[in-house]
Amino acid sequence: MSKCRACREPAIIDLPRHNANFCDVHFRQLVRRQVEKAIDDFAMLRPGDRVLVAVSGGKDSLAAWDLLVELGYEADGFYVGLGIGEYSEASSEHAARFAHDRRLRLLTVDLRDEFGYDVPTASRATRRPACSSCGLSKRHLFDRAALDGGYDALVTGHNLDDEAAVLFGNTLRWDVDYLARQLPVLASRDGLPRKVKPLVRLTERETAAWCVVRGIDYAVDECPMSAGNRHLRYKEALNEIEAHSPGSKAAFYLNFLDNMAPLLADRRDASVATVGECTQCGSPTTGDRCAFCRLVETASQHEPVPVAMARRR
Amino acid sequence: MRVLLRNPRREIEIDGGVPARTMLERLGLAHEAHLVIRNGTLVPGDERLEDDDEIEVRPVISGGASP
Ligand code: SF4
Ligand SMILES: [Zn+2]
Ligand SMILES: [Zn+2]
Repeated sequence: MSKCRACREPAIIDLPRHNANFCDVHFRQLVRRQVEKAIDDFAMLRPGDRVLVAVSGGKDSLAAWDLLVELGYEADGFYVGLGIGEYSEASSEHAARFAHDRRLRLLTVDLRDEFGYDVPTASRATRRPACSSCGLSKRHLFDRAALDGGYDALVTGHNLDDEAAVLFGNTLRWDVDYLARQLPVLASRDGLPRKVKPLVRLTERETAAWCVVRGIDYAVDECPMSAGNRHLRYKEALNEIEAHSPGSKAAFYLNFLDNMAPLLADRRDASVATVGECTQCGSPTTGDRCAFCRLVETASQHEPVPVAMARRR
Repeated sequence: MRVLLRNPRREIEIDGGVPARTMLERLGLAHEAHLVIRNGTLVPGDERLEDDDEIEVRPVISGGASP
């Protein structure tokens, strides 16, 4: 039986990228330290900051919320009801139960109740993949909620695999503008809150394991709209490489931040062009009305589309 | 041993007496993309799984633009 690297007690997890096994106690310590290091290295937060965590009910966002509370931050959650059938019902229950059990504050908005559409319908109405209208809706509402609530930062649960997959895609296309902006912390600017990703030093396997050891009952089942998603394929490709040379994924992403991102600083500043305000909601936009307000108009006029129909396209 | 798989949720019966890592390989599942859980507790890759164990193989890869 394998033993913990730190204390020789029986291990609960093997982490090939650290070339070691860890017991419950030392696995938790490692996770906490990785999060503290991410927060420190990128000056994401100051002690005692009041933050809003974007919560989906899945492992990453609940782990992020849990860890920030544990590290002493004042953290509320924000959940957006996407109207994706059973998946949304289950994930909202997981988010609500997590908050209730820990006496944390969870704010919620439901797309159908508040804006007259849901993600499957938006996908059909715009003839675009579900993830694009979903992502647009969430980003807009998260930003809004963080600003309106006066939070110091908006926290998302993006992990190392998420960031490495996005980096892989941006690199395949040499999309320099996206590469320049792919940082785990974005400063607040007109109409946008400060955004931080404290889990970027943890893999998905580690954030899921954190939930298991902490007894966090997250939504395991995947969103039905994600099948065939490009990022999933990138993740699989990276995991294939990782299996043969452990640590590759972390090196790919973290060395990008250390070695490459600084070289793109000029490009970054140039891309922060001055933008105007949406005439309808006041959000930053380069046009007359922001993409969210246009989406609401299009999607809310469309008759509701059930999940199963939206997937068949 | 009984093994619970997810996405979609289903149960299969396979032979025990192998390390967790070997079970994943036999099922064609990537180590980096799964956790092996026995009776609610994580087990490392070289832990031997027995015939009377109840195992969950939990995928950890999320799709889409999270969260
Ligand atoms: S997979 Fe796509 S549609 Fe589903 S929740 Fe994530 S972003 Fe939204
Ligand atoms: Zn230990
Ligand atoms: Zn607007």
